[in-house]
Amino acid sequence: MSPVDGASVSPVDGTPVSPGDGALVSRVDTVARAAATPGQPQPHAELGLTDAEYARIRELLGRRPTDSELAIYSVMWSEHCSYKSSKVHLRQFAEKAPSTRALLAGIGQNAGVVDIGQGYAVTFKIESHNHPSYVEPFQGAATGVGGIVRDILAMGARPVAVMDALRFGPADAPDTRRVLPGVVGGISFYGNCLGLPNIGGELAFDPCYAGNPLVNALCVGVMRHEDLKLAAARGTGNAVILLGSGTGPDGIGGASVLASATFGGSESAKRPSVQVGDPFMEKLLIECCLELYAAGLVVGIQDLGAAGVSCATAELAAGGGVGMRIRLEAVPLRDPALGPAEILMSESQERMMAIVEPGDIDRFLEICARWDVPATVIGEVTDGGMLEMTWHGEQVVDILPASAADDGPVYRRPAARPAGQDQLAASDPSALPRPAAGAELRAALLALLASPGLADKTWVTEQYDRHVRGDTVLAMPQDAGAIRVDERTHLGVALATDGNGRYSRLDPYAGAQLALAEAYRNVAAAGAVPLAVTNCLNFGSPEDPAVMWQFTEAVRGLADACATLGVPVTGGNVSFYNQTAAVPIHPTPVVGVLGVHQDVRRRLTIGFAQDGDTVLLLGRTADELGGSAWAQVMHGHLGGRPPAVDLAAERALAAVLTAAASGGLLSAAHDLSDGGLAIALAECCLAGGRGCRVTLPGDAFTLLFSESAARAVVAVRPGSEAAFAALRDTHGVPAATLGVTGGASLDVRASPAASASPKASANFVVPLDELADVHRATLPALFG
Amino acid sequence: MTERVGIITFPGSLDDSDAARAVARAGGEPVRLWHADHDLRGVDAVILPGGFSYGDYLRCGAIARFAPVMRELVPAARAGLPVLGICNGFQILCEAHLLPGALTRNAGLRFIDRDVRLRIETTATPWTRGFSTGQEITVVLKSGEGAYVADPATLAALAAGGQVVARYSGGNPNGSAGDIAGVCNEAGNVVGLMPHPEHAIDPLTGPGTDGLGFFTSALRAMAGQ
Repeated sequence: MSPVDGASVSPVDGTPVSPGDGALVSRVDTVARAAATPGQPQPHAELGLTDAEYARIRELLGRRPTDSELAIYSVMWSEHCSYKSSKVHLRQFAEKAPSTRALLAGIGQNAGVVDIGQGYAVTFKIESHNHPSYVEPFQGAATGVGGIVRDILAMGARPVAVMDALRFGPADAPDTRRVLPGVVGGISFYGNCLGLPNIGGELAFDPCYAGNPLVNALCVGVMRHEDLKLAAARGTGNAVILLGSGTGPDGIGGASVLASATFGGSESAKRPSVQVGDPFMEKLLIECCLELYAAGLVVGIQDLGAAGVSCATAELAAGGGVGMRIRLEAVPLRDPALGPAEILMSESQERMMAIVEPGDIDRFLEICARWDVPATVIGEVTDGGMLEMTWHGEQVVDILPASAADDGPVYRRPAARPAGQDQLAASDPSALPRPAAGAELRAALLALLASPGLADKTWVTEQYDRHVRGDTVLAMPQDAGAIRVDERTHLGVALATDGNGRYSRLDPYAGAQLALAEAYRNVAAAGAVPLAVTNCLNFGSPEDPAVMWQFTEAVRGLADACATLGVPVTGGNVSFYNQTAAVPIHPTPVVGVLGVHQDVRRRLTIGFAQDGDTVLLLGRTADELGGSAWAQVMHGHLGGRPPAVDLAAERALAAVLTAAASGGLLSAAHDLSDGGLAIALAECCLAGGRGCRVTLPGDAFTLLFSESAARAVVAVRPGSEAAFAALRDTHGVPAATLGVTGGASLDVRASPAASASPKASANFVVPLDELADVHRATLPALFG
Repeated sequence: MTERVGIITFPGSLDDSDAARAVARAGGEPVRLWHADHDLRGVDAVILPGGFSYGDYLRCGAIARFAPVMRELVPAARAGLPVLGICNGFQILCEAHLLPGALTRNAGLRFIDRDVRLRIETTATPWTRGFSTGQEITVVLKSGEGAYVADPATLAALAAGGQVVARYSGGNPNGSAGDIAGVCNEAGNVVGLMPHPEHAIDPLTGPGTDGLGFFTSALRAMAGQ
C-alpha cells in the first residue's frame, strides 16, 4: 500500500478491508474474470451502446470488457461525451477559424481561453442542461450552472459571472408553469449561493419546446495568462487527488442514457435520477481551487461532470499521454453500497480531480482542510500508458485512456433536406394582413410588447443576484452583460447570447449566422469590441436525416460567419435528442459572443438618458417579416425566408458602434432584433424612463416591424452629430434620422410623403405609463 | 491614522470583497478576518458581510454564530465595538442574539434583487450618524430571507427606543414587519441591515453612491469626529 493513502481526510478512506468484505470483493467482475468468461452476456444495449460499438470495445481490449470498463466506455462513448454524431462537422470551427492571436486555448479544452490584453485572459463557455431540467426543473437547472462553473474553474480562472439562455413551451401551458419557475428557481438558488452575478441571457417561448425546454448556461472566468491550467496529467508518481463532494448514486447512467435518449412513451424507464446540487460545496471548491492554484500545487486539473471519475481519469491521462493507477475503493462515498462500475458512472456534483506532486500533497490537503473541502488521494500517475483501476486489490479496469477519451466512434450520419422545407419557405408572410392605420399599428406594438417572449423579464431576472462581486457594469435588460476586470485600468468584458429557432427552422444556415450576428451586434451595441464565440447547438435526434441536415447547415453557417466576422469559436456544446416522440424542436443554435471593453466607463446602455438627443436608425430596412415576432404573435405564422444575412454590414455597424462608444458620441444604443424598431424604441423609452418623438421615413409598418439584420437605434449627444456622421460615412453605415428624445410618451408619426392616404394617418402615441404597464404585466400574471 | 475595519469571511460569505471595497472607498483600511480564528486583529469596527454562510443550511446564520471568531466578536460588540451586519450578516447577528428579531422567507417566497428606497430612522448609531433623520437613500436589496419579524412587544420597544435604523420607503419588498430594513441594539453600536449599502458606492456598478454613507459615518465615529 502506498504511504499516501493515509493522507485522506475522508473517514471512508483508510478503512481496512476486513475479511468480511470477501463476499463483496468476490462478486466484482475483474479483468481476469473477463478474460476467462468471454461469453458472459453484458447489458451494453441498456447502457446505450450499439452492438457495433460493443464489438469495437471487445476488439480494442482483445477480450470482453469488465463491468467497470463497460461503464467507462458507455459514458465516454455516449453522444453527450464523445460528440460522435457531430465531430466530423464541428471540425469546421477549427478549419475555418479566422487567424487570431487572441486564442490561448481552443476547442477541446474544458473551455476556450481568450487574451484580452494587460496580461489578462478570459475563459467562457455555454453548455446545455436541457433534459435534466425537464425531468426535474429546479435541480436540473441548478446543476447546469454548477457544471459550467466547474469547467471555467478547471481552466485556472476565477468564475466571475453567469448567463442563462432559456426556452420554454407556450407561456400559458400548464407544464410551463411547472418547468419555468423551477428552472429559474434552480438557477437563482445555485448561482446566488455561489456568489456569481447573473448578467443576462435570453427567455423565449415556442410550442416546439413544450416537451423539451432549453436550459443553456454560460459562465465566464478571468485569470492572468500564466494561471492557465490544462486537463493533462504529468509526472510519473504524481498523486491523483479527488476533491469536493462524496460520490453518490446521482445520475448514474445519466451521461449515456439521460442525455442521449429521446423522450417518448416507451423511454420513460430510461430516466434515472437527476443530480442534486450543493452550491455551498461548489463555493468552497472555487475558493479552495483558486488558493491551490495560487500556491502552485496543481500540475493538472479536471472537473467531474457527465461521466464523473471515468471522464476525469481518462481525459487527464490521455491529455498528458501517461498512464494512471486508481484505487476505486479510496473514492469517498455517500452511499457505501456503490460498486466500482457505479462509482465510475456517478455524476455526483461538486467534484474535481487534481494531479499533485508527492512533495506537495500535505500542503494541498492542508488548504483543502482549511476550506472544509474533503480531498483524498485515490491513485497516481504511471509511465505504463494504461489506465488501471483496482477494487480492494483486484484489477477491474485495464484500458488505454485514449481509447475511451479520444478514440470513440465517429459517425457521419445521413442528412437530407426535410420534406416540407420548400413549402415552408413558400409560405411567405407577405400574404398576411398588415396594419396601416395608427390605431392598428399601436395595437400591434402593444400586443408584441405584451407577448411573453418580448415582455419585461424582471419576474425572472429579479430572482438572480446581479450585483455580487461589485464589478457588474451591465446586466439585463441591457443588450449585453458586462463585467469590470480591472478596477484600476477599467478593462472589462461584455457578453451576449442569442439564437432564434424560428429563423433557423426556416433556414438553419442563415439562422445560425443570424444568431451570431445578433450576439455580435449586441456586444458592439454595449460598446465592446467582439472577440470570440462560444455556442450551444440544440437539435433533435441526429438519427433523423432531416435533423442532421439542419445540424450540418447550422454548423456550416456558423463556421462561415465566424470566419467572415473574424471571431473564432473557442468551444461549445452540442445537445441532440431534443425531441418528443418523432417531433424535434426547431433547430436552435445559441451563440455567445465575448467582447472587450478597454474602458467600461464608456459602455453604452439602451435607455434614452437625456432629453433632446437625436434618434437615428442605423442600417437598411427591407420588407423582412419571415420568422418575425409580428408574424408569430399576430398571426401564429411561421414561413417564408428569415432576414437576409449581411456580415459586411454587421461588421461595419459594429465598428461604428464601438468607435462611437469610445469617443463618447452616443447617449444610448440598442440593437434591433425580435419585434424590430417598434420594440427597440419602446425598450429605449422604458429603460430610460423617457419618451421620444419620431417620424418614420417610409412605410410605417415595414419600418416598425421588419426584422432586417445589421441595424441599431442610437441617440446622439448634442454636438456630436457631425462627428458621428463622419464615423458612419467612414464605415459606410447608412442612417435615417428618426427624431428626438424627450417627453412622456412614445410618439410615432408617419412620413407625410409615405402615407398613401392622408385620411388613414399612421400616427400614434403611447404614454410611457401605458407602455410600462403593458410590458410589465405579462410574466407576473402568468407565473405569480 | 487610518481606521481599521474588519470583514469576517465565513465559509459561503459572498459580499466580503464588496464590503472591503466599500471600506476602502470610504477611506478606511479593510482587514480580512477568518471565521476559524479566535482573533479580531485589533480592528476598530467589524462588518459581517452578505452571502450564504454554511449554505444557509439549518437556518440562515444559525451555524455561523458558532464560529470561533464569534466568540471574540460577541463580547467586543457588547462592550461597544461598532458592528454592521449586512444581509446574511444581519441574520447572523440575530442568531447570535446581538440583535432582536429574526429574518424569514420573503413574502413572495422568491429571492429578489432590486434597488430599494430606504428612510433613515435614526442617526444615533456609528453607521448612520452621517445621514439626517428622515433622509431617503437608494441601495440594493438582494435576499431570499429578508422579511424582518419580531413579536409585537419587541417591535413596539424597537420603535419606542429608536432602534429602528431604516425602513423601506415606497413599498415593502419582502413583507418585513413595520417595513423594517434595519435595526440596532440598545446601545446603537450593533446595526443589522438587510439591504446592501456596499453595492451602492459607485454609479458604474450600482444605483448610486448613497450606500457609502454607512461606511464614512463609521470611520468618522471611530476617528472621534
